[in-house]
Amino acid sequence: MNRLINNKGKRARNRRVFGAFVRKEFKHILRDRWTTIILLLMPVVMLLLFGNAINTEVKNAKVVIYDPSNDDATRTIINKLLVNDYFILYKTVSSPQEIEPLFQEGEVGMAIVFSERFYENLLHTGEAQVQFMADGSDPNTALTLTSYATAIVTSAQQELLKISEVPLQITADVKLLYNPTMKAVYNFVPGVMGMILLLICTMMTCISIAREKEKGTMEVLLVSPVKPLFLLLSKAVPYFVLSLADLTIILLIAVFGMGVPIAGSFFWLIILSFIYIFLSLALGLLISSLVRSQIAALLISGMAMMIPVIILSGMLFPVENMPWFLRWLGQVVPAKWYIEAVRKLMIKGLDFSSIILEISVLTTMAIGVIMVALKTFKNRLE
Amino acid sequence: MLKYLIEKEFKQIFRNPILPRVIIVLPFVVLALFPLAANFEIKNLKVSIVDNSHTGMSDELIQKVAASGYFNLTNVSYSYKDGLKSVEQGKADLILEIPSGFEKDLLREGSTKVMISANAVNGVKGGISSAYLANILMDYNNDIRMELMPESNTAGKSLTITPLFLFNPQLKYSIFMIPALLVMMLTMVCGFLPALNIVLEKEKGTIEQLNVTPVNKFIFILSKLIPYWIIGFVVLTICFGVAWLFYGLLPAGSILTIYLFVSVFVLAFSGFGLVISNYATSLQQAMFMMFFFVITFIFLSGLYTPVSNMPGWAKAISVISPLKYLMQVMRLVYLKGSGFGELITPFLYLCGFAVFFNSWAIMSYRKKNK
Repeated sequence: MNRLINNKGKRARNRRVFGAFVRKEFKHILRDRWTTIILLLMPVVMLLLFGNAINTEVKNAKVVIYDPSNDDATRTIINKLLVNDYFILYKTVSSPQEIEPLFQEGEVGMAIVFSERFYENLLHTGEAQVQFMADGSDPNTALTLTSYATAIVTSAQQELLKISEVPLQITADVKLLYNPTMKAVYNFVPGVMGMILLLICTMMTCISIAREKEKGTMEVLLVSPVKPLFLLLSKAVPYFVLSLADLTIILLIAVFGMGVPIAGSFFWLIILSFIYIFLSLALGLLISSLVRSQIAALLISGMAMMIPVIILSGMLFPVENMPWFLRWLGQVVPAKWYIEAVRKLMIKGLDFSSIILEISVLTTMAIGVIMVALKTFKNRLE
Repeated sequence: MLKYLIEKEFKQIFRNPILPRVIIVLPFVVLALFPLAANFEIKNLKVSIVDNSHTGMSDELIQKVAASGYFNLTNVSYSYKDGLKSVEQGKADLILEIPSGFEKDLLREGSTKVMISANAVNGVKGGISSAYLANILMDYNNDIRMELMPESNTAGKSLTITPLFLFNPQLKYSIFMIPALLVMMLTMVCGFLPALNIVLEKEKGTIEQLNVTPVNKFIFILSKLIPYWIIGFVVLTICFGVAWLFYGLLPAGSILTIYLFVSVFVLAFSGFGLVISNYATSLQQAMFMMFFFVITFIFLSGLYTPVSNMPGWAKAISVISPLKYLMQVMRLVYLKGSGFGELITPFLYLCGFAVFFNSWAIMSYRKKNK
């Protein structure tokens, strides 16, 4: 009986001490006002920039025109090209040699070169030519510009040749699935989530532990009556809360500010994020138990972890374009699995059965990492 | 005095077990591997075909799509649902649905319609890939017309449209990314390391020792700046070498122009790092502040899409991103061979940044704690 009461008392005390430790960590974080502000502001800025600054829509691209014919046909085509706000005229040149230097100034996106005696050739010989010279150093912009221009000129051609009804016409109905307006932000919201959560959970946790080690306060904490496991947990709790705050901010901005849908199950999105947060925290603990100094923790988590995540996770660049060995390397990046699953749930609106693989991989990783982390942590202590 | 301080900085850098490796290995690995990964190239598209028609013509169209070189046929299924499933599972990028009356409608009524559905989660890819497919369809349409009614053909009455891609005729994405990665490496190494530098001395307490010496602020900042300036050149040279060895890419313009711009950029950006370091009270804070600004600067720099495509407000604030100017210059010189004459505006901007950030760094450095 006595022992039972004693045990209860112990547990209550443990809980109290644990609470005190968590409060201490919160104070640590909140005292560093700038870091907190930045951590909360970062997702906002990233979403705004991702959503708007990465704009692949062609608008007001500057074009140079070389038109030696200057007849009705070329004028019609030029008018058609310039009437929308896709292209604006930068300069008309009087010889083709003037074009390349203009590209070298960096302002011009495309040059349109007509052949001589254009209208005459168009009607009789079939040798009328239009050439679109685009700046290939930016491949996707170049492709988009030329395909826009081609479509415009093709329709102008029908008008010029007065073909009212084209016989045997196959037309295409183009439907853009999941993201009909081709907004870049759809693709990036899952990426921003994957990155910010990792940043907070892994990077912040491991730096803060490394800091205690470096300052020697870790030793002090370790002689306290709290078990090492609880000590670690108390470190993780504030970052967990912080990452939930960021997750909420990201989802609110994405859904209400930018009109990104949560097409699939919200419940599973949250479960998935919890697993990912847990995994990231475990990774942070693991790194922190391997390093001694803050600078090492910073560089390892910042350079050796953030860069592969940004590049290999499919956050910015499509994974399927990578050569096999990088794709293979990407398999061990947790963010890759998370981002993929979030895209499926949020944007594509698929159900749980489609993300079983991702969830199992993340769960396995989480269990594996936390086990290794606890083991190394213990070993270091002994 | 300056000489000894610089010697001290170098000693500190080389004594650190990780820093020298970061300076040498990071640019090497990034430049060697990342052009392969940072690839927005749109090719090898996977198309799933839903053929409801099963006629000679639909077969021909399928053949034409398969032979185009842009597309890999994933599967030919019998319902749109199956097609959609392969898109959901990531096995297909787009669906071409041929209606059941494809041939009949075309021959009897003179027109028919197919459906192209593209996965547009990645908007750029969705847009470009569906445009490709529509082009192939147009080609096929012309073939059919030619074959079935040669008299109606506008032969002798047509124009040819040819696209020509300057500077990068094969439209390799890696060529677009290499100069940008070079800028990113310089930003990483010459931005983050100075940002951590002073604050590290603060944490270790060695800053106190410096503060009691008669070194003035100007010399102090200069001694912090020069090592990174030299490291910047090392990083740049490694990057050059790797780009040439692995990708055969040499600058089209003058290397000296590039070194000139980089020298100014590194001064400016290391200065910025030192400013952050002056204000930060802990390494963590310095790291996150720098991270925040670097991310912001990178996305305002036109890394993916030209700054001119950005909306007005983004274009307006992109003025404050030093990376934007270097990115622009790097691509112009590296890929298009522009000369210094065309680059005076970005040069002046970068010089402005260098003066501004470094004066700020000198002013914000306090020898006395309040």
